Amino acid sequence: MTNEFVAENLQAFLGDALLHIEEPHGLLTIVVHRSRITDVLKHLKNSELNFIFLTDITGVHYPNYPQNELCAVYHLHNLEKNIRIRVKAFMPIENPTIDTATTVFRTANWMERETFDFFGIVFKGHPNLVRILNIDEMDYFPMRKEYPLEDGTRTDKDDSMFGR
Amino acid sequence: MIDMEVKDKPTIVQAPEGEKGEGFFLTSMSAAVGLARKNSLWPLPFATSCCGIEFMATMGSHYDFARFGAERVSFSARQADLLMVMGTIAKKMAPVLKQVYTQMAEPRWVMAVGACASSGGIFDTYSVLQGIDKVIPVDVYVPGCPPRPEQIIDGLMKIQELVANESIRRRYSPEYKELLASYGIE
Ligand code: SF4
Repeated sequence: MTNEFVAENLQAFLGDALLHIEEPHGLLTIVVHRSRITDVLKHLKNSELNFIFLTDITGVHYPNYPQNELCAVYHLHNLEKNIRIRVKAFMPIENPTIDTATTVFRTANWMERETFDFFGIVFKGHPNLVRILNIDEMDYFPMRKEYPLEDGTRTDKDDSMFGR
Repeated sequence: MIDMEVKDKPTIVQAPEGEKGEGFFLTSMSAAVGLARKNSLWPLPFATSCCGIEFMATMGSHYDFARFGAERVSFSARQADLLMVMGTIAKKMAPVLKQVYTQMAEPRWVMAVGACASSGGIFDTYSVLQGIDKVIPVDVYVPGCPPRPEQIIDGLMKIQELVANESIRRRYSPEYKELLASYGIE
């Protein structure tokens, strides 16, 4: 099984919903419309493509892509053929929702909680979408490129001492 | 053979100042209690990251923390005298640390080992507590990232100094109550 084979298969399955295909460093990467994410994950897992292992889910914030600011990234692995694939879906930051992958992979539960915790991507249909790593009282999503990296509660560092 | 006076031997604790006579010794209660406490501190290691590794070396036979009467490492807060916080304390860990502190019986001392415990260290970021003195009072800060075992021992000797010289009434003083109240404890 080659990247070309997987790409052709997905092209036939998704049609117009397959927005982009690339192969950076040999890793097949597809961009799908977010409404089809569960479909494509189900297809990757259950068809002859056999991507049975969901390695990771994460997010990316692109402040300069209008209407496509947030991106959910899924990494899958075909353990038999040792082929990997990356699936991306973009969404606007005002309405960062996407269907949950927990219906396809149960391991997605904690991964989606983490992605929600850090990027604020809302996974519709997730059984328990609450913060997993940060403190519950946190009222922002720290990995978005919107916040100063330094701790705002810090009182002992001021510009006169650190020359900023 | 080295000719050593008994008082020079490090295993013998010096008596506090007082009046000595035939068959009796007179000193203040604080000095006697301080002497006992100072040489039998039970540390509770709260080791969360790299600084904890230095503490393991400090506990080992080479540096031998036990020489200071602190070989009984207490992993129960109830029996511990000295809370040694070694490592990065995430904000999510802060309530846990505070609970451990409140579970300790008086008198209790706290040592912040390393830059992280003292000030957040290099982790000037959203998830890390910027020094444990934001949630509990600290007696001695040990600088370093990580501090060498010698520095941790130096910190313990500073604690011992505080313990030996502390009045037995200090924990009942309004100043101390005020200090705890400022951290919202009790
Ligand atoms: S002060 Fe340095 S060595 Fe100690 S816990 Fe922090 S980063 Fe690690």
